[in-house]
Amino acid sequence: MWSQLTASLTDGLLLGFVYGVAAMGLTLIWGVMSVINLAHGPVIALGMFGTYLLFTHLGLNPYLALIPVAGSGLLLGLVIYVVAVHRVINAPHLSSLLATFAVNMIIIGICTAVFSTSPQNIDYSLGSLEVAFLTIPASRLIGAIGAILVTAGLYLFLYFTRPGKAIRAVANNRNAAELMGIPSSQVLALSFGLGTMLAAMAGGLIATFFPFTILSGGPYELKSFVICVLGGLGHPLGALLGGLILGLLEGLIPTFMPVSWVPVLEFGLFVMVLLVRPSGLLGAK
Amino acid sequence: MSAELILQVKDVCKRFGGLQALTEVSFDLGEGEILGLIGPNGAGKTTLFNVINGVYPPERGQVIFRGEDITGKPSYEMARRGLARAHQVVRPLADLTVRENVMVGACFGREHHGLRASRRLADEALTRVGLLDRADQPSGNLNVAQKKRLEMARALAAKPYLLLLDEVLAGLNPAEIAAMMDTVRAIRDQGVTILMIEHVMQAVMSVSDRILVLDYGILIATGLPEDVANNPLVIEAYLGDPKMTAKLLAE
Amino acid sequence: MKFWRQPGFWLPLVLVLVWGGVVLFIHQDLMRETAFILLMAVGLASSLNILLGYTGYVSFGHIVFFGLGGYTGFYLISEQGWSLSTAAIAGGLLSGLIALLVGLAVLRLRGAYFALATIGINEAARAFVSNFEPFGGATGLFVNFSAYQKYGGAGEALWTTFILLWLTTMVVLLVSYLVKHSRFGLGLLAIREDEDAAMVMGVKAPQAKTITYVISAFFPGVIGTLYFFKNGNIEPGDAFQLHMSIEMLVMVMLGGMGTVLGPLVGAVGYQWLRDYLLTSPIFKDLHLAMAGVILLLIILFVPTGAVGWVRGRFPRLRRFLE
Repeated sequence: MWSQLTASLTDGLLLGFVYGVAAMGLTLIWGVMSVINLAHGPVIALGMFGTYLLFTHLGLNPYLALIPVAGSGLLLGLVIYVVAVHRVINAPHLSSLLATFAVNMIIIGICTAVFSTSPQNIDYSLGSLEVAFLTIPASRLIGAIGAILVTAGLYLFLYFTRPGKAIRAVANNRNAAELMGIPSSQVLALSFGLGTMLAAMAGGLIATFFPFTILSGGPYELKSFVICVLGGLGHPLGALLGGLILGLLEGLIPTFMPVSWVPVLEFGLFVMVLLVRPSGLLGAK
Repeated sequence: MSAELILQVKDVCKRFGGLQALTEVSFDLGEGEILGLIGPNGAGKTTLFNVINGVYPPERGQVIFRGEDITGKPSYEMARRGLARAHQVVRPLADLTVRENVMVGACFGREHHGLRASRRLADEALTRVGLLDRADQPSGNLNVAQKKRLEMARALAAKPYLLLLDEVLAGLNPAEIAAMMDTVRAIRDQGVTILMIEHVMQAVMSVSDRILVLDYGILIATGLPEDVANNPLVIEAYLGDPKMTAKLLAE
Repeated sequence: MKFWRQPGFWLPLVLVLVWGGVVLFIHQDLMRETAFILLMAVGLASSLNILLGYTGYVSFGHIVFFGLGGYTGFYLISEQGWSLSTAAIAGGLLSGLIALLVGLAVLRLRGAYFALATIGINEAARAFVSNFEPFGGATGLFVNFSAYQKYGGAGEALWTTFILLWLTTMVVLLVSYLVKHSRFGLGLLAIREDEDAAMVMGVKAPQAKTITYVISAFFPGVIGTLYFFKNGNIEPGDAFQLHMSIEMLVMVMLGGMGTVLGPLVGAVGYQWLRDYLLTSPIFKDLHLAMAGVILLLIILFVPTGAVGWVRGRFPRLRRFLE
C-alpha cells in the first residue's frame, strides 16, 4: 500500500504544479482588478481543445503547441475583457460576476455545439521515467517542469518588465497608478489576457495527462477557486503552493474513499478556508 | 454639564496586523455634551468610532454605553440601544429613495417603528435637514452635501441618545458648514449627545464643549477648546501639518 | 399598508390566476404541459428573486433545493404512501431546513464567495444523493403507480399536480410582494445596497439573510416534489442540474431583479425564446450560448431588467409594475 500511496502522492504533487498554473491565472485577475473570472473553466477547456486540434490536424508536438495556445489565450482574454468586463469594472461585484459567467455560458454553449461532449484524447506518449521504485509518466514530469518555467516566467515579467510593473502598480492602487500616467484600462486588459493565457496553457498541459471534454474545465475551475482561496488572493506563489497542497490531497484521497467524493471534499475545504482563514495561507493582497 | 455619563471608553486597544491603531484610549462623555475628536490623518479616529460602534471589537478595553458594557457587540445591536452614526464616506442606499433611506433608520433604530410611522418620521427628519423636496428621488442622485444631510437624517431618524458624526463637514463650502453646525447645535439642544470627528478646526473648536486629541492612536490631550489649542503636545503633533498649526494658533 | 389596494399587488396574481383558469377550463393536455413548465419557471425564478433581488446574494446553485425537496417529497409519496400535497410541503420544509443549516456557514461569505459556495452545495448534494441508498443511489427512484390511483389514475393526477403548482406559484408571488413591502423587506433592501451600513443602522443582517434564504428554498422544494411526481421518476442527474439554476438566474435578471413582476416576465420571456430557439434549425444547439448572450447584454446595458427598465422610463407605471 505504501508504494501505491507514494506513487499517488507523487502523481498528485506533479499535477499540483499544473493546477497551480491554472489557479495563477485566476488569482492574477482577482488580485489586479477584484474580478472573479467565471469564464476560467471554459478557457482551460479551450486550451485543451486548442492543443488537441493542433496536435491532430497539424501534427504539432503538444508541447510546442502550447505557444500558439498561449497566444490565443492571451488574445481571447483581451477580447473578453473589452467586450464583457470593461463596462462593469467599476460596478458592484455582482455585475462583473454575472458578466464573466455569461461569457462562460457562451463559450460552453458554442463549443458544445461545435465539438459535442464526446471525450477527446491526445495520443502522445513520451513513455515514463523510473525513479527509485516509482514509475512516473514523462508527461507528468514535463508538465511539472513546464509549470515551474511558466511561474518563473510570470515573475520575471511582473518584476522586471515595464508592463509587468505597470500591472503591479495598478493592482496595488489603481487611482495612484492612473495619476502616474499608467493607462489603467490597457493594463487591466493585459492582466486579464495574462490570466486567461495561464489558464489556457494549464489546459494544454492537462490535455497531455487525461482525456477531456468541453465540460472538463468545470472541475478545474472549482479546484482553481479552492487553490486561490487557500493560497491567498492575488499571490501567484500562493496559487502554486495551494496547487501543490491540493494535488497532494488528491493523491491522498482515493486511497481512503471513492473518487466521486473529491468534489465534495474540495467544496468542504473551500468553505472551511473561507470561514477560518479567508485571507489564505499567504495572506490576501 | 450633566453628571450622567452616556459613554465611557476605558483603555481601548486595537491592532491591525503589525499596526497598533489605538493604545489605551480612555475618555468619558457626559449626556448633552458635544465632544470634538481631532487629530492628524491616520491618528485612529475612525478606528475608535468603529470600536465604539461595534464594527470590530478591541483587543483590550471596554466601551460602556449608558451603563451597559457593549464592548465587542455587533454593530446591529447599537442602533436599537440609541447609538447612531453618520459615516465619513457617505453610504447612501443608492437604489432606494431618499425617504426610504431615512425610513431604514427609523425602522431599525431605537424606537423600532413600523412602516407607516417611519414614513412620517422620515419626512420629519428630512424636513429638519432640508431634504424633503427630494424625498422620492433615488439617493444615488444627490450631491455630496445632500448625501451628508441624508446620512444625518438617517441617523437622527433612529432617535439616538448618542450620535457619532464622522467628518460631516468634509467637502462642504463655508455656507454649508455654517448651516451644518447650526443643525448640530439644534440636535444637541433636543437632547442628543454628540461625538464628532472633524478636521475643519474653526467649526469644531467653536461648537464643541470639549476636545479630544488623538495622535498615532494615543489620546494626547483632552479639555476645553482653548486649552487644547494652546497645548504644546497638540501643536507638536500637528507640526507635520503646517496649515493645521496655523489654524490652531489663529484660534 | 393596505397592500390589497395596490395595483402592483394584483397584477402578477391576476395574470397567473387567469392563465391557470384558462388552462383548466379548456382542459387540454398539451396546453397544460406547456403551462406547467412555464408556471414552474415562474415559481422557481420568483423564489430565487426573494434572495437575489432583495438581498443581492447570488445563489448560483439554487436548484439544489428543487432537487433535495423533490427527492424528499418523491420518496414520501412513492415509498411511504404520503399524499401529494403533504409530501410537497414536507419537501419544502426539508429544503428550508437544509437552507437553514447550510446558511449558517455559507451566508457569512460575501459576494462571489457566497455564489461559488452555492455551486459547491449543489455538487455536494448531487454526490451525496448518488450514494444514498434510500433515495435510489445513482439510478434514482421510480414512482409506484399506485400513487397515481389515489388521484383517479395518472391522467387525473396530472391535473391535480397542475392545480397545486398553480396555487404554489401564486403563493410565491404573494409572499414575494409581502416581503418586499414589509419592514423586514426594507431591511433586506438595505442589506442589498450596503450590508455594513445597514447593520450600523440596526438591521440584523445575519438573521434576516438566513430567514430569506430559508423562504427562498422552501418553494423550490415544493415545486420539485410536484414536478418529479408528475415525471414519474427522479434521478440525481435530473434533480441537480446546474444549468437549471443558471436559467433561473437569467430569468430573474431578464425580467428585473428585485421586482415581483420581473421573474414572471423573465420566466415567460426566456422560456418563449428558448422554445423558439430549440425549434429553429440553426440555434438548436446554441440555447445555452443564447442564454449567455442574453445575460451579458442585460448586465452590460439593462441591468435592471425589462420591468426595471420600464419602471425607470415610465415612472407613472410604477404603481402597476411592482
